[in-house]
Amino acid sequence: MIYQDSKTLLTVRKLHATVNGIEILKGMDLTIKSGEVHAIMGPNGSGKSTFSKVLAGHPSYEVSGGEVEFEGRNLLDLKPEERARAGVFLGFQYPIEIPGVANSQFLRLAYNTVQTERGKDELDPLEFDDFVREKMKLLEMNPDFLDRSVNEGFSGGEKKRNEILQMALLEPRLAILDETDSGLDIDALRIVAGGVNQLANKDNAIVLVTHYQRLLNYIVPDYVHVMESGRIVKTGGKELALELEARGYDWVGAEVKANARVNA
Amino acid sequence: MNTVSTSRYLDSLLQGQPPASPLSWLNALRANAVDRVGALSVPTTRDEDWRFTDISPLTKLSFQPALGAAQPAPGTAQLNAADIERWSIAEASARLVFVDGMYAPEHSFNRAGITVENLASGVSTHAAAVQAQLGRHAAFEHNAFAALNTAFLHDGALVIVPRDAALKAPVHLLYVATRKQAASYPRCLVIAETGSAATVVEDFVALQEASYFTNAVTEMSLAGNAAVHHVRVQRDGAEAFHIANCAVSLASASRYHSVSVALGARISRHNLNVLLAAEGAECSIDGLALIGGQQLADTHTLIDHATPQCVSRQLHKCIVDDAARAVFNGNIMVRAGAQRTDSSQSSRNLLLSAKARVDTKPQLEIFADDVKCAHGATVGQLDVDEVFYLKSRGLSDTAARNLLTYAFGAEVIERIPVASLRQRLEQLVLAQTQAPALGAVHPS
Ligand SMILES: Nc1ncnc2c1ncn2[C@@H]1O[C@H](COP(=O)(O)OP(=O)(O)OP(=O)(O)O)[C@@H](O)[C@H]1O
Ligand SMILES: [Mg+2]
Repeated sequence: MIYQDSKTLLTVRKLHATVNGIEILKGMDLTIKSGEVHAIMGPNGSGKSTFSKVLAGHPSYEVSGGEVEFEGRNLLDLKPEERARAGVFLGFQYPIEIPGVANSQFLRLAYNTVQTERGKDELDPLEFDDFVREKMKLLEMNPDFLDRSVNEGFSGGEKKRNEILQMALLEPRLAILDETDSGLDIDALRIVAGGVNQLANKDNAIVLVTHYQRLLNYIVPDYVHVMESGRIVKTGGKELALELEARGYDWVGAEVKANARVNA
Repeated sequence: MNTVSTSRYLDSLLQGQPPASPLSWLNALRANAVDRVGALSVPTTRDEDWRFTDISPLTKLSFQPALGAAQPAPGTAQLNAADIERWSIAEASARLVFVDGMYAPEHSFNRAGITVENLASGVSTHAAAVQAQLGRHAAFEHNAFAALNTAFLHDGALVIVPRDAALKAPVHLLYVATRKQAASYPRCLVIAETGSAATVVEDFVALQEASYFTNAVTEMSLAGNAAVHHVRVQRDGAEAFHIANCAVSLASASRYHSVSVALGARISRHNLNVLLAAEGAECSIDGLALIGGQQLADTHTLIDHATPQCVSRQLHKCIVDDAARAVFNGNIMVRAGAQRTDSSQSSRNLLLSAKARVDTKPQLEIFADDVKCAHGATVGQLDVDEVFYLKSRGLSDTAARNLLTYAFGAEVIERIPVASLRQRLEQLVLAQTQAPALGAVHPS
């Protein structure tokens, strides 16, 4: 939601990034204020996940230009773990499986690490167990998932729920949810979206990377951006998503080219 | 090193053998072994089987058989009940303790309701069974260390699980090294009769960090439909030499499950030979070596599919840090006629430093045509995406790496069917990998 007294959380200016020497991000610009929900859409391969991972600090991506400011700090100076502790959260498009690490152990470790950073008390295993079970109820998750290895053998939808569970535990300032809706069945989509809505407040912000309008019926965006070839080429309100759903992406590209001719 | 000097080295180890036994067959077995020791020499890296494991540091040291020493030598650590408690397994219904290879009845007990006793008495109480099995599985014709152990054969552990007895609680065989420069020759015989089931834990621990030499032989015989879980934990001292030969024979439809964990010793070598001798036998052989510093841990396994329709599963993992070196040689033999063999082997290795090294060699010899044999080996570092995933949740680089390293090893530890031992080993691996999971979290 757009608030009058909101603060700027994230400013991305002319961001360029490469992977294996190939430039993927080619001048991203984006400003996000507290309380807002942004949707990023765009064709496959346009760079949405790359942008998300660059914000989270994935080592395979090299920033080759531009700047990113998060709550007044240079985000690009921070290590991935420092970004997480500062309140940046990435919900992965493809969550990683970690055999041998119990989900409960992992969740508690992550939670306590971030709590400590925020000057709050850690929870011992018993306290944490109660706490995490409450959060799981919110997402209608079976507690059995605590005893299994992190994401191992989880179905696509179960992995996505586990991502949102992590978000619920870590209470980030900026959550980037990369295709959290893909792989979710109709009921799960409603439940997970409900969970995200409960976590949204006037002090944090959410970026939804998605291909489908359906998610945006549940989590209503303030802004919809279209990415193409590593840049945001169009920004609109929630109606833009409906228009994209109806007409596809081709017209956006055509419009961009036409504008470029006009401006030339 | 030439053959003459290494064979002389073996001769030096032959000093101080135990007195002759009243049993002529046992004396004959020992005499035969003494002959073989005389004929064989300490293997060198020119032997195919020892290509990667240079045992010559052993031959630069001299060791006295522990049983000869009347008085504990200076530098011998005093073993007390508290030490034993430290290693005890809460679930165990029987325990035999061997101190430097010698039976320590004061630390042992048996509430299992089956035969768990020292071999020296077992040779008379169960004469026929012991005579039929002892020395029949662990061949020493071409194996100097097995021959040496057999030359010293006079005591050890004897476990006999009677027909159809299903033992729920594990039997704990605890081998404690207390003397420096001591050579000990642990010996173990497990006889699982038809339809019986048991769990046997062999546990090698040390009270001191000086060098000593453990040369162990374990034999297991599983009759039809028997099931044995065999857990082997080698946590010897940092300067120890540990050589072990284990031979297991499986009759029809019997099942052998083995988990071996190697953490200690400067140089260790574990030979495990499993003979699937009759139809329908199954085995799972899992191993973990977790080493660092200058350690070398070598595991050689042979799974011998001698008959049709047997199943074998193997997972072997090595975690190697610093300048340590791990060796794995996994031989799967499928003999002619062993149709419908189903076998899989996986060797997975994690190198934690640039100087760490692993030599892994799956060795499949297949002489039958209707078989399913899958095998694979990987050597690598921690996965970048896994490390990043953990860091993206706030874990420090060190914490993330340690947790993943721990998890890598935990996959094997989790297969140990004794809860308290599993937990203790998990703690040990955690400590070794300094994983933060169970302790306090210190973001860096
Ligand atoms: N590690 C990599 N090596 C080479 N190319 C890469 C790598 N990672 C991403 N790319 C390329 O970068 C481009 C953008 O990929 P990205 O995953 O960011 O797209 P996306 O917009 O998230 O697509 P989708 O909608 O399919 O998820 C693609 O062409 C992809 O192939
Ligand atoms: Mg993507």
